[in-house]
Amino acid sequence: MASPQPRIGVITYPGSQDDRDALWALAALDAEAVPVWHEEPELPALDAVVLPGGFSYGDYLRCGAIARFSPTTAAVCAFAESGGLVLGICNGFQILCEAGLLPGALLRNESLRFVCRDVPLHVERADTAFTARCRTGQILVIPVKHGDGRYVPPPGLDPAQVVLRYRDNPNGSVDDIAGVCNETGNVMGLMPHPEHAVDPLLGSADGAFILASLVDAARDRALAAA
Amino acid sequence: MKATVLVRPKAGILDPQGDAVERALEHLGFSVSGARVGKVVDLEVEADDEAGARAQVERMCEQLLANPLIESYEIELHGQPAA
Repeated sequence: MASPQPRIGVITYPGSQDDRDALWALAALDAEAVPVWHEEPELPALDAVVLPGGFSYGDYLRCGAIARFSPTTAAVCAFAESGGLVLGICNGFQILCEAGLLPGALLRNESLRFVCRDVPLHVERADTAFTARCRTGQILVIPVKHGDGRYVPPPGLDPAQVVLRYRDNPNGSVDDIAGVCNETGNVMGLMPHPEHAVDPLLGSADGAFILASLVDAARDRALAAA
Repeated sequence: MKATVLVRPKAGILDPQGDAVERALEHLGFSVSGARVGKVVDLEVEADDEAGARAQVERMCEQLLANPLIESYEIELHGQPAA
């Protein structure tokens, strides 16, 4: 019997840009990708949620500051607090930080320039739901494209929460931090865009290491719930 | 009551905008240091007295207008509440 397709939701906020790429990438990696509109007060039955990149609600005030108050973000918070898997990419990472699901904040790039290029990332942890297909120390090449990606951790951030670091820091992030998870490991955010790198035709397929790990973990949850 | 909220990057937080402004001012011949760029939010709040207005704006700052990890804020209140 074929293993079931896990259902992974992708939230579309006004101003989201990478929701379609995330849906496409998840479907290509054998998940059932479920679009979710930002006004939905409840999530449909899902095994994981992805918050995509873009400029939600214009990113007015601070990136992610307004999206934090959308009805669906409240549902995502409840989903995460009950142990659900949540991945925030770029603007999704910013929203998760503003919502308090992840530690830290993302500020204007140190260069004050928008950066858009492939960057090498060092996998710090391969024991998370989002990196289980990687090896610790593996280098993944995944594109970044952001103007506000300088990660500032809270004082005393547990280094064990750092999942990915830049090899060649593109934005001035403190300690080269590119991706972090919460203390319980079910929520992760990263500035690079794995959904733009799941097919060699796009220059790199390394993003599939991240997203396929998420699909695996979501499938395990779907099987456990069945 | 009218209020002005000043939001600043906290001390110790790198402010590349402030650095860029400082360099531009130096380019114009000014001798400056310590430039930091923040935000100003002007708003009107309904309250019976200044303490009530301040308490409301404090909550606005804590919940939305400033991110306490990276920003500090200062509240200025202007004028008397409507009689």
